[in-house]
Amino acid sequence: MSPEHRTDRRTGGDRSSAGRAAGHATFMGMPPFPEAAKSATGDSQLRHNLRKATHTIRDKRAGVVGELDDWSDLRAAGKAIKDRTLRHLDGYLEQLEEAVTAAGGRVHWAADADEANEIVTGLVLATGESDVVKVKSMATQEIELNEALAQAGITAYETDLAELIVQLSDDLPSHILVPAIHRNRAEIRDIFRDRMASWGVPAPDALSDDPRALAEAARVHLRERFLSTRVAISGANFAVADTGTMVVLESEGNGRMCLTLPETLISVVGIEKIVPTWADLEVFLQLLPRSSTGERMNPYTSTWSGVTPGDGPQEFHLVLLDNGRSDVLADEVGRQALRCIRCSACLNICPVYERTGGHAYGSVYPGPIGAILTPQLRGTASETEASLPYASSLCGACYEVCPVAIDIPEVLVHLREEVASSGGHRAEKAAMGAAGWVLDGERRLGAVQRATSAVRSLLPRRMPGPASAWTDTRDIPDIPAESFRSWWRREGAAGDGDGGAGEERDGREGGRR
Amino acid sequence: MRIALFITCVNDTLYPRTGQAVVRLLRRLGHEVVFPESQTCCGQMHYNTGYRREAQKLAVRFVETFADADAVLAPSGSCAAMVRDNYPRLGEAGSRLDRAVSELAPRVYDLSELLVDVLGVTDVGAYFPHTVTYHPTCHGLRLLKLGERPYRLLSNVRGIDLRELEGSAECCGFGGTFAMKNADVSAAMGGDKARHVAATGAEVLCAVDNSCLMHIGGTLKRQRAGVRTAHLAEILASTEQEPARI
Repeated sequence: MSPEHRTDRRTGGDRSSAGRAAGHATFMGMPPFPEAAKSATGDSQLRHNLRKATHTIRDKRAGVVGELDDWSDLRAAGKAIKDRTLRHLDGYLEQLEEAVTAAGGRVHWAADADEANEIVTGLVLATGESDVVKVKSMATQEIELNEALAQAGITAYETDLAELIVQLSDDLPSHILVPAIHRNRAEIRDIFRDRMASWGVPAPDALSDDPRALAEAARVHLRERFLSTRVAISGANFAVADTGTMVVLESEGNGRMCLTLPETLISVVGIEKIVPTWADLEVFLQLLPRSSTGERMNPYTSTWSGVTPGDGPQEFHLVLLDNGRSDVLADEVGRQALRCIRCSACLNICPVYERTGGHAYGSVYPGPIGAILTPQLRGTASETEASLPYASSLCGACYEVCPVAIDIPEVLVHLREEVASSGGHRAEKAAMGAAGWVLDGERRLGAVQRATSAVRSLLPRRMPGPASAWTDTRDIPDIPAESFRSWWRREGAAGDGDGGAGEERDGREGGRR
Repeated sequence: MRIALFITCVNDTLYPRTGQAVVRLLRRLGHEVVFPESQTCCGQMHYNTGYRREAQKLAVRFVETFADADAVLAPSGSCAAMVRDNYPRLGEAGSRLDRAVSELAPRVYDLSELLVDVLGVTDVGAYFPHTVTYHPTCHGLRLLKLGERPYRLLSNVRGIDLRELEGSAECCGFGGTFAMKNADVSAAMGGDKARHVAATGAEVLCAVDNSCLMHIGGTLKRQRAGVRTAHLAEILASTEQEPARI
C-alpha cells in the first residue's frame, strides 16, 4: 500500500539481517512536495486511513475546545507568554540552567544536531550501557538521534506505541502526535506479528487486529524493556525556567515508566520549550491536551526537577538544543513558529495534509507547521525545502485552530517571498513579471481580454505545457464574448442596468464548442 | 448610495455576467454604481505566490483608483480579503501606501457585507426557483468572517431550495497558483468538494468567489456532473421579470 517514495526509502536492505538497530529510515533525499504528494494522493488506502483518523481527532478537538467559554483568552495568553519568553530567551535559558544545576542536574548546550548527538552518545557510553529506552520526542527525531546512537553501537527502543509501530516497521513518522497515523489496525497487526520477535518479546501467534489485543501485545513487549533498561532518553513539552522543572505530557504511561525506572535520564529539549514560571503551565496544560488529543486533560503529566535522592533517576542531563532555532528567532515574521507546542491541531485540520499524509513533507515536522518550520530550520536552498511553503492553499484553517495563534499563512507567504527572490524559478518569474506588466495598465489588460475573447472558440479542452496542470483534471471556463469593462463601456455606464443581453451572449453563444 | 465597483480581474475577464448582475441588483435597490476604469487587479496572485513588489504596485494602483469612493464593492471574497487583510502588510509603517490603505480598507466590502451591513438589506426581492447549495469560500469564511450573511440573503430568495453542503468549511483546493503548483493535491481536494456538492442534489453551486467556482465547477464539468455554478450576485439579481439564465 505504501507510496513508492516511501517504499524505496524503507526497503533499502534486508531488514531481518540488518538487525535490531537498523533504524535507517531517514527523510534525507526526499523528493519535493508536489512529487511526493503525487503518489500519496493516488494511494487510496493511505487516503482512507488519513481521512478517518484526522476527522476523528478534528471532531474531538472541536468538541472540547467549543465547551470552554474562555478559549480565545487562553489562546491569547499562550501566545503572549511564548512571545515574552522568546523576547527574553537568553535570560530565561540562563535561569533554567541555574535552576536545573541547583536541583542536581547537568546542563549541556548543543548548537546543532551533530553536537547534540555527540553529547548524548557520550553520556550513554559513559554509563557503560548499550540499550536505552525512549520517551516519544520530536527533538530527538529532528536530530536523528537513534541513527547516531546506532552508529555507536547503542540501541534505542521507542516506547510510545505509535513510535514503536514506526520503529518496528522501519518506517518514518508521518504525524507529530500520532506518528503511525498512516497505518490502520490490520497493518499494525501484521507489523507486530512479523517484527516484534526481532526486537524482543514476540507477539502472540494468534494476534488479532482488535485494538485491545494490539495494545496488550505492545504492553507485554515493552514491559520487559522498561524493567531491564538503565538509561532513558526523553524530550520535554515544557521546561520551567524558575524551578528547573521538565514537563512531559502523554497518554499511555510508557513515558512515565521511562522517566522513573532507569538510573540515568537524558532529556533533549529545544531552546524554545521554555516557560518562565510554574504558574504559566496553567495555560498550556489546558491548551495542549484539548488541541492535540482532543481531551480535557491528558492521562499522564510527569514533572521532575533535577534529581531526588532515592526517587527516580539519580543522574539527570538536560541537553538544550538550538539547531537553527536562533536563526528562526532572528526573523521577525517567521519567529512566531517558535511558539509551537507541537499539538498537531494544524495537521489534523489541514486539507492538504489529509490528502498527502506526513511523509510528503520530507521532515519529522509535517503539515502546516512543518511547511513553515522545516524551511526555516534548514533553509530554502534545496528543492525539497523550497517546495514546502507552497504546500498550502492558504485556506487559513491551521491558523484558526492553532492554540498559540501562529499565523501560518502569513509565514508561508513570507517564505514564498524568500524562495521567489532567490535564484532559479525563471519561467515563473517571467510569467509573474508579464502578468504584473499587463495588470499595471488598464489598456493593456483590455487588449489581452479582447485577444482572449477573439480566440475563445479555438481553445482546446486540454491544454499543452504548464496549463495542463489545470486541464488534466478540470475543464476551463467558457471565455465570454467580451470582458466586463468592455460591456460597461458599451452599455453598463448608460445606467439602465440591464445586463440581460450581455449575459445571454456570454451564457449561450459564448465559449468553446 | 454611490458604490464603486471593483470588478476584480477574474470577474472582468472570465465572469462579466457576475459584474452585470451586481450592477442590476444594486440599481434595482436604488443605488448608483460607478466603475473607475483605471482599476485592474488587487495583486492577490502575486502576493500569495511570493511576488511582493508586483503586489505593491497593484496595491498602489488600487488605493489611487478608489481613494474617493464612499464604499468599494469587490464581488470576490478573496480579493476583498486581500485588500483588508494583506494590504496593511504591504506598505512600510507610516508610508504613503500604508496610510492610504488604513484609510481605504475599512470601506472595501464583499457583496454580502455591503448588502447586510452597509445597505441594511437581507431580502433583496430576488426570485430563483432552483435547488442551490452554498460553499463558503475560505477567505470569505476565515478572513472576512462573513458568517451567516450569505445564507440570510439566500434564504430570503423566493422559490429557492437551499441544500446543506457536507464539509462546507473545508477548502476546495483552488488556492490560486496552488492549483497549478500542487495540481495533484488541488485535484484531490476539488474531487472531494465536487463529490459533496453532487451529493446535495443541487442544480446550482453558489459562492462569493468565482475563482473557487471556476475550480469546483471545472471539476464538476469534467465529471459531467451537470451542476451549474453561480456567484451570489447572479442569484440575488434574478427576479420573476428577469430570471437568471441557469
